[in-house]
Amino acid sequence: MDFDFTQEQLLLQDSVRKFLEKNYDFDTRREIVAARQGFGPMAWQGLASLGLLGVNVPESHGGFGGGGVETMIVMEAFGRHLVVEPWVASAVMGTSCIVTAGTDDQRNYLLPLMASGEMKLACAFLEPGGRYDLSRVATTARLEGGFWHISGSKAVVVHGAVADLLIVSARTAGQPGDAEGISLFFVNPGEEGVEGREFPLYDGTRAVEASFHDVRVSSDSLIGVQDQGLPLVELVVDRAIAALCAEAVGCMQALMERTTEYLKTRQQFGVPIGRFQALQHRMVDMLVHTEQARSMAMLAALRVESPDAAQRRKAVSAAKELIGRAGRFVGQQAVQLHGGMGMTEELDVGHYVKRLQAIDTQFGDADWHLDRFVAAEAAAPLPDFSRPRSKWKKL
Amino acid sequence: MNLDFTPEELAFRDEVRGFVRSHLPRELSLKVIEHKRLSKDDYLVWQRILHGRGWSAPSWPRAFGGPGWNAVQRHIFDEECAAAGAPPIIAFGVYMVGPVIIAFGSPAQQAKYLPRILSSEDWWCQGYSEPGSGSDLASLKTRAERRGDTYVVNGQKTWTTLAQYADMMFCLVRTGAGGKKQEGISFLLIDMRSPGVSVRPIITLDGEHEVNEVWLENVEVPVENLVGEEGRGWTYAKFLLSHERSGIAGVSRSKRELAWLKHIAASETDGGHRLIDNPRFRDKISRVEIELMALEITNLRVLAAEREGKPPGAEASILKIKGTEIQQSLTELMMEAVGPYALPHLPLSWGDHWLGEHVGPAYAAPLAARYFNYRKVSIYGGSNEIQRNIVAQQILGL
Ligand SMILES: Cc1cc2nc3c(=O)[nH]c(=O)nc-3n(C[C@H](O)[C@H](O)[C@H](O)COP(=O)(O)OP(=O)(O)OC[C@H]3O[C@@H](n4cnc5c(N)ncnc54)[C@H](O)[C@@H]3O)c2cc1C
Repeated sequence: MDFDFTQEQLLLQDSVRKFLEKNYDFDTRREIVAARQGFGPMAWQGLASLGLLGVNVPESHGGFGGGGVETMIVMEAFGRHLVVEPWVASAVMGTSCIVTAGTDDQRNYLLPLMASGEMKLACAFLEPGGRYDLSRVATTARLEGGFWHISGSKAVVVHGAVADLLIVSARTAGQPGDAEGISLFFVNPGEEGVEGREFPLYDGTRAVEASFHDVRVSSDSLIGVQDQGLPLVELVVDRAIAALCAEAVGCMQALMERTTEYLKTRQQFGVPIGRFQALQHRMVDMLVHTEQARSMAMLAALRVESPDAAQRRKAVSAAKELIGRAGRFVGQQAVQLHGGMGMTEELDVGHYVKRLQAIDTQFGDADWHLDRFVAAEAAAPLPDFSRPRSKWKKL
Repeated sequence: MNLDFTPEELAFRDEVRGFVRSHLPRELSLKVIEHKRLSKDDYLVWQRILHGRGWSAPSWPRAFGGPGWNAVQRHIFDEECAAAGAPPIIAFGVYMVGPVIIAFGSPAQQAKYLPRILSSEDWWCQGYSEPGSGSDLASLKTRAERRGDTYVVNGQKTWTTLAQYADMMFCLVRTGAGGKKQEGISFLLIDMRSPGVSVRPIITLDGEHEVNEVWLENVEVPVENLVGEEGRGWTYAKFLLSHERSGIAGVSRSKRELAWLKHIAASETDGGHRLIDNPRFRDKISRVEIELMALEITNLRVLAAEREGKPPGAEASILKIKGTEIQQSLTELMMEAVGPYALPHLPLSWGDHWLGEHVGPAYAAPLAARYFNYRKVSIYGGSNEIQRNIVAQQILGL
């Protein structure tokens, strides 16, 4: 057992922290959120030049060769600074999709461009009415005349509008809800028949509702094995979830610091409000939630690498469930303990609270992952408490 | 013991129901039910309709233009209005300053202000809180110095709800120094158009403009705008806070929100089924519903005691704590119910004149903003921590 980072990981942590401290304060972030693009081209290039866009790219392709732990290190720092860049979409989801299932051509062409910041990816997996269910794919792809023809719509594609390339799940067989028959495709958003409507989310990021009207893509746009795309989608989403868990820990940590500081400085009834035991105990509960969340973010970061999909699923869903709840609690209490000030747009507290809420919603909320955890548990054998049969015969 | 209304109360309920049904404009009630943003006019339209029937100030005695209802009748009126989707009565004039003027105001103040509250000519706002004085309200610093026939007021109020609409503000100011901090506070009525009053918006985390800073710089207020006696303002403020307890629990509105939550949960699909049939989610709805059923009866118990003339006490704090917890749970569950479609933030889409397309179902649009906005209910009106302190001291004697 070892909870220490390696020398390389410590350097990574140091460089991302320093970069954000210098280039991503709350006012800069405010400008980025307000600007038309919905991300910071300068910041993005900065991340690229530090090598942070290639954290999950193998060394063989010019990347850092990192995994869950490196992602956790980056995302915790992003959480503290409320970074709105498309890092999870591109450098985690897009990248891991290609690294895991891409052909040599796809890897050789795309990964260097992604690591250098020239190309951003976004994943379009969810559909209207499908809630968080990755298998509820009604979008279809059929092969005709050497091209795939894709039709359907995708819901709340985060960072979809800034993506140079989309990864779209579509049905090549079966019915919505079937595990089999899903395939993944690269779709160029500039292609004829792709339409998107962009809108902001309440946490400051952007998303699109995308629709595909008989969009024609070449036959080599397929990623991975035809009809067997769901396990890949799940893996990619689990990686994103592990990343978001670490981001949530960064947000919670920031709220803990701000709220503790506020309790020490805000005076009412002639004393700092931190003197009131009711508030002390509340802060302790927030701390316990934050530490539990931190532990789960670590578990998710490590287990997301597990080759055993069942073990991975169980750990990731456990982390998301706990962190969804913990994030809400810490967020709600941070507002409450700041009184009226906590309700303002001006203070960063509310922005952390909104991001934590969005994290709970993205890729399935606490209830959704409780269900997924239960399903993973149901497959495991029950503990055996049956007594050894007595040797003695009854008289 | 009997939980049912008497025949007279039932007849009264039918009368209110009939009136509301025939007079509340349909578009207005839809706006309320579907959580659209209400304009100043939306509130005023309904307030004026009620005024036409003599019901614009449900808690006032007949002598001052109210309907003279008892606590149970007021509760029935509240229920019927909320269920039908009527805009809430803006509390500042009708429920806050009105009763203070009735109890402590001069005949001249009563003659001047009360009719204008009834007819909604004046929109009032509440100038209590200051940057340094929230929970510890008695530490307020805004000063009023008497110079001949006027008070000259200097200071800053904050979190002033809808001050941007207000014609008048009732304000706590310090007129005396020394002694206990509760002494030396006075209750002043300030015309918002007076020179030296400036209102600056505070945007809340949901992106809305609902609260303001109000700056007072050498504002001259005629002494006749002092309510009651100089230095007794704290007593009046406390009277105001303990008055009108029936509304504090928000039971009637929560019942309507619960119905809307069920509507949303029945419209959403989850794994090919209705979300409301997902036992995990259904359990959460039912738990809030059970809490609300209990609170409704707790509320009626307090009302019955009030009808018998029992003076207001710390039970109001219980109603406030539980009532706001339920309101917050309802907003949280609605947001949860719509899944990923809680994320888009298009504030224009829940305002007037929106012709655009919604992202996801129309009912989803305002739900996250509303959830964030409702974090306020456990902060304002005496935070829930302060309410717990009150219960600990006054009910438990700790
Ligand atoms: C949306 C909104 C609308 C409002 N509208 C109005 C209005 O129209 N007019 C008006 O005058 N005011 C209004 N208020 C102000 C409101 O009444 C105050 O915010 C409230 O009294 C809390 O004061 P504060 O914000 O200064 O927080 P603080 O008093 O600084 O409290 C900070 C935290 O400390 C806790 N705390 C404080 N003292 C104690 C204690 N003794 N024991 C335990 N915990 C304690 C509080 O509960 C809170 O969690 C509004 C507020 C909001 C958010």
